[in-house]
Parts: sequence; structure tokens; C-alpha cells
Amino acid sequence: MRVSRSELWTGRAFLLALMAFTILPFISIFVTALHPSGTVPSGFEWPAHPQWGNFIEAFQVAEMPKLIMSSTFIVLAVVPVALIISTMAGFAIGLLRIPGSAVLLFLFVFGLTLPFPGIIIPIYFLERAIGIYNSRFAIVLPLIGLYMPFAVFWMRAHFVNMPAEISEAARVDGATTWDLFWRIHVQLARAPIASLGILMSVWTWNQFLIALVLVEDPTNRTMAGALGAFQGHYATDIPLLCAGTILILLPTLIIFVLFQRQFITALLQGAVKG
Amino acid sequence: MASIATPDKHPIALANSRWARFKRVRRETLAGWLFALPALLMYAAFVLVPLLLTIVYSFYRWNGIGPMSWVGLKNYVTIFQVPDLLGTIFNAFWLVLWFSLIPVGLGLIVSSVIHRVATGRFGEIARTVLFLPQVIPLVAAGIIWGWLLALPGLINQMIKAIGLGAITRAWLGDFDWALPSVGLIGIWVLLGFCTVLLLTGMTRVDQALYESARIDGASWLTEFVAITVPLLRHEIGVCLTVTVTAALAAFDIVYVSTAGGPGNSTAVPGIQIYILAFTQRAIGLASALAVMLMILVVVVILPIQRLTRESRQ
Repeated sequence: MRVSRSELWTGRAFLLALMAFTILPFISIFVTALHPSGTVPSGFEWPAHPQWGNFIEAFQVAEMPKLIMSSTFIVLAVVPVALIISTMAGFAIGLLRIPGSAVLLFLFVFGLTLPFPGIIIPIYFLERAIGIYNSRFAIVLPLIGLYMPFAVFWMRAHFVNMPAEISEAARVDGATTWDLFWRIHVQLARAPIASLGILMSVWTWNQFLIALVLVEDPTNRTMAGALGAFQGHYATDIPLLCAGTILILLPTLIIFVLFQRQFITALLQGAVKG
Repeated sequence: MASIATPDKHPIALANSRWARFKRVRRETLAGWLFALPALLMYAAFVLVPLLLTIVYSFYRWNGIGPMSWVGLKNYVTIFQVPDLLGTIFNAFWLVLWFSLIPVGLGLIVSSVIHRVATGRFGEIARTVLFLPQVIPLVAAGIIWGWLLALPGLINQMIKAIGLGAITRAWLGDFDWALPSVGLIGIWVLLGFCTVLLLTGMTRVDQALYESARIDGASWLTEFVAITVPLLRHEIGVCLTVTVTAALAAFDIVYVSTAGGPGNSTAVPGIQIYILAFTQRAIGLASALAVMLMILVVVVILPIQRLTRESRQ
């Protein structure tokens, strides 16, 4: 390596500056959250008497336990179903290569860059018509459908690279298609399934537009949707709003720090494949 | 297909075995389609059907409750005639600069700097820190920056600290500055994503190239122009695709930080569709704008995709 000393330090100073740009907003809302509720503090000043109670108050007024329950319910309803059906479809398209799989693949790929706001209006009227509007299923069902393009594409990319010998050997042993899928290929696909699961969980947790349009009661929404409602009520009480925001983004931050490597890999592979 | 060969030359036996084979293939095809069916049904019900319905609605005038009346292309004409509606499309293109071109450009610089001067632990920490905004809900990003950019917020405080108190303002409430301010939020969210993606691409490039360039005493700039940018065309394309889609279809950040205001200065198609459909009850007009948004995304994304495909060969 021949990188001069001056370059080394300029480069590192540049990186430190950008890291500060990334981190400062978090610190600022944290500091603000500790100011007395109802005041308008200036952006970056440690309070004389840190009000840790703000977090407790935000926890109560935002009905955090209910929100966590609701978001968890939605994630648990969306992710396993989406994982199973997308893995099955990816298997059929990528490995069984059923007749018409090229058309199917095209159909799913077509949906990859479809913007949500483009299809939200009919979803609203459809849900009113079938009577699931304003329930948690109003969020769950469309999300499963909306994840399909990416999820199927993702799983297909895994299955299409599996050597044919594995399936042929199993067939000779008399395995049915279901055996082939469940006993062999799902076991071999655990890593991409896990990554996809992490991704879809976080996306669901952070989902906003769908929750905003399809569910009126914030306690039936996702975390991000509830945060939107919380902002509507407490827009003027900055310290409380900041405390609530921290509480709501804490779970994803913790998950990110814990599963950092898988998380980044999953997201990047997803982007590259897409 | 390792079917059991039939040495028997008798025509009837041969026909029988062919029939059996045909039946087996048909059964497998059927089974295969059953595997694909659940995903296809969910996708059709909640994406494809709504997509078609959006197109249908766009030809009608409808308030969501009463009868629908056919108006042909009138909704589309209206969008082109009303400056506030057409303006949302221009705003979307403005956002592309902030959400896409700057994060990708800056991400290229940052990742090449990390690759050159921070290969160890420091680089890893930088990567993680820059990625943080990508994992929080966009709504939270909007709220955080809504406060930072407010009159008593951190940004104005810093500006005052360096003696420029005269230019402080409520950035998100200013007609000229609201859109760039929303753009700044986009940079904050998307820079880490681009950096990490490009960095991964750089480790994929043959390291010998970088090493020999450095032995020849290549500067950061030479290395950047001669190796990094040309060899990362695929990754750059991916970054552009993701960020351009995020810009054109932006909703969460804008809704929370400005709700399209002040006036219509930050209204993007996503926001306008929401307002038209769910507060003004102009379903047909909102749907026409939605169709235009979807066409716009495809028209912008396709050339980018083409470029990346070619670079793969």
C-alpha cells in the first residue's frame, strides 16, 4: 500500500465528518427527549434536569404495549405465509421449471419497481368491499401480495443455481415433488429464506402508507403507521414526540445491531439480484 | 429426465410407456403449477387486479360513493392543464437529484475512500454507522429531520454558531428551501445504502488492479476514475434503480416532514395521489396521476437497467 500520510488523514477526517452527519440527528432527538415535556428546547443542549420520565410518558400515551402487540401480530401473519408461498413459487419457477415459468417470472419481475402509491386506491375500495378495511388483515393481505415480486425473484435466484443432480438423485429414490421440496430443497435454502425473513420483517414493521390508508385505529397499525398518528397528536410537544420516536425506532435498531451482518448481506444481495 | 428405458420394441408396449410418461409429465406440471399458485393468487389479487383497476378508474369521474361516469381521457388532460398537478411530476424529478444522484455520487466517493484509507476496523465502523438511517422507518427519519430543520433546531443552531445567523429559517416551511431540505433527508437515509453496496462491489473487483495502481503511485482520483467507476457499473446501476424508484415514488418522508407544503412546493405524485383520493375524493383524477407515476417509473428505470445488463457481459 502506498497511500501517503496526508491522504490517510484527510480521508479519515472526511469519513469522520460523514459519520457525524449520520449520528448527530440521533443524538439531537435523544437530548431533546430529555427536556421538560411541552417546552421548545434549542436543538443541542443538555437539559439542566434530564426528564427520563418522558420515555415512560411517551410509552403510556402512545400505548406502546398495544403497538408492539399489533406490529408483532402483523409481522407474524405476513412473514411466515409470504416465506412459504414465495419459496414454493421460486421452487416451481427456478427448479421445476414448469411450462410457462418464463411468463410467470416476467409477471413477477414486472412488479419489482411498481410504486405503492400507484395501486393503493383500488386496494382501499377492494378492502371496503370484502369487509376487511380497518382490521389488521387490511395490512396483512396486501403486504403479502406486494412482497411477492421481490420474494419470488429472490427465492428463484437461489433455486436456479441448485445443481440438477440433487433433484435427480432424489427422484431415482422415488421422492415425490413435495418430498423433493420439503425434505431436500427447503433444508438447503435455509440461508436465503432467513435473509428474506429478516428483510420482510423490517419492511413490515416500517410500513407506513398502507397502514395510513387502510387502518384508522393506530393501535391496529404497524409501528411506523402508529408513529405517524403519534406525530399528528403530539406535533407541538417536541420532547414527547422525540421520546416516542426513539421508543419506536429502538426495536429495529436493536435488531440491526444484533443481526448486522445478515442484515446488510440480505439487503445488498436483494438489491443486486433485483 | 432419467426415465427408465424400455428395450421392448413391441409397438403397443412402446405406446403404453409413452402414455405413462406423458401422464407423469402432466402430473408433474400440475404439481409444479400448484406450487406457484398461492403466490400468484396473492400477487394477482393485491397487485395485478388493483393495477388494472387503477387504469380503469382513471377513465372515470368518481367520488368513491356515487355512480361512476365515463370521461375518457379528460383526467389526463386535466393533469397536464393544472400546474399544481403537473408540478408534482417536476418535483419528483427534482427529488431524483437529491435522493439518487447525490447519494450515488457521494456514495462512490465515500466507498472508495473507505477502500483506500480505512480497510480495517475503522472502515467497518464507518460502514455500520452510515448504514443506520437505512434501518429505521422513513417516518422516523421524517420526524427527526422535521425537528432538526425547525426554527429552534440543530441546523439553525449550528448556522448561528458559525456566525451566519441571518440566514436561519424554518427550512421545511420555506418555499424555496423546503424541497432541498426534504432532499437532505433523502441523502441522509440513502447514502449508507449506496456506500455499503458499492463497497461490496469494490471487494469483488480484482484487488490486484488496485494494488498495481498503487505501486505505480496512482492518486485517489486516478484510481477512482480509472478503476472504481468503470468496474462498478453494475453496482452503480443497482444503486440508481433503487434510489430513483425511491425518489419518484416518495411518500413517507414528504408526508411526515412537509405534507407537500408549503403551498405545493414539495408535493410529489405519491402525496398528491393520497390527497386527491382520500381527502378530496377525486378518485378518477388520482388514478390518472397514479397511472402516470407508474409509467414514469418504468420509463426512467428501463434505460438504467439496460445499461447495467450490457455492462455485465
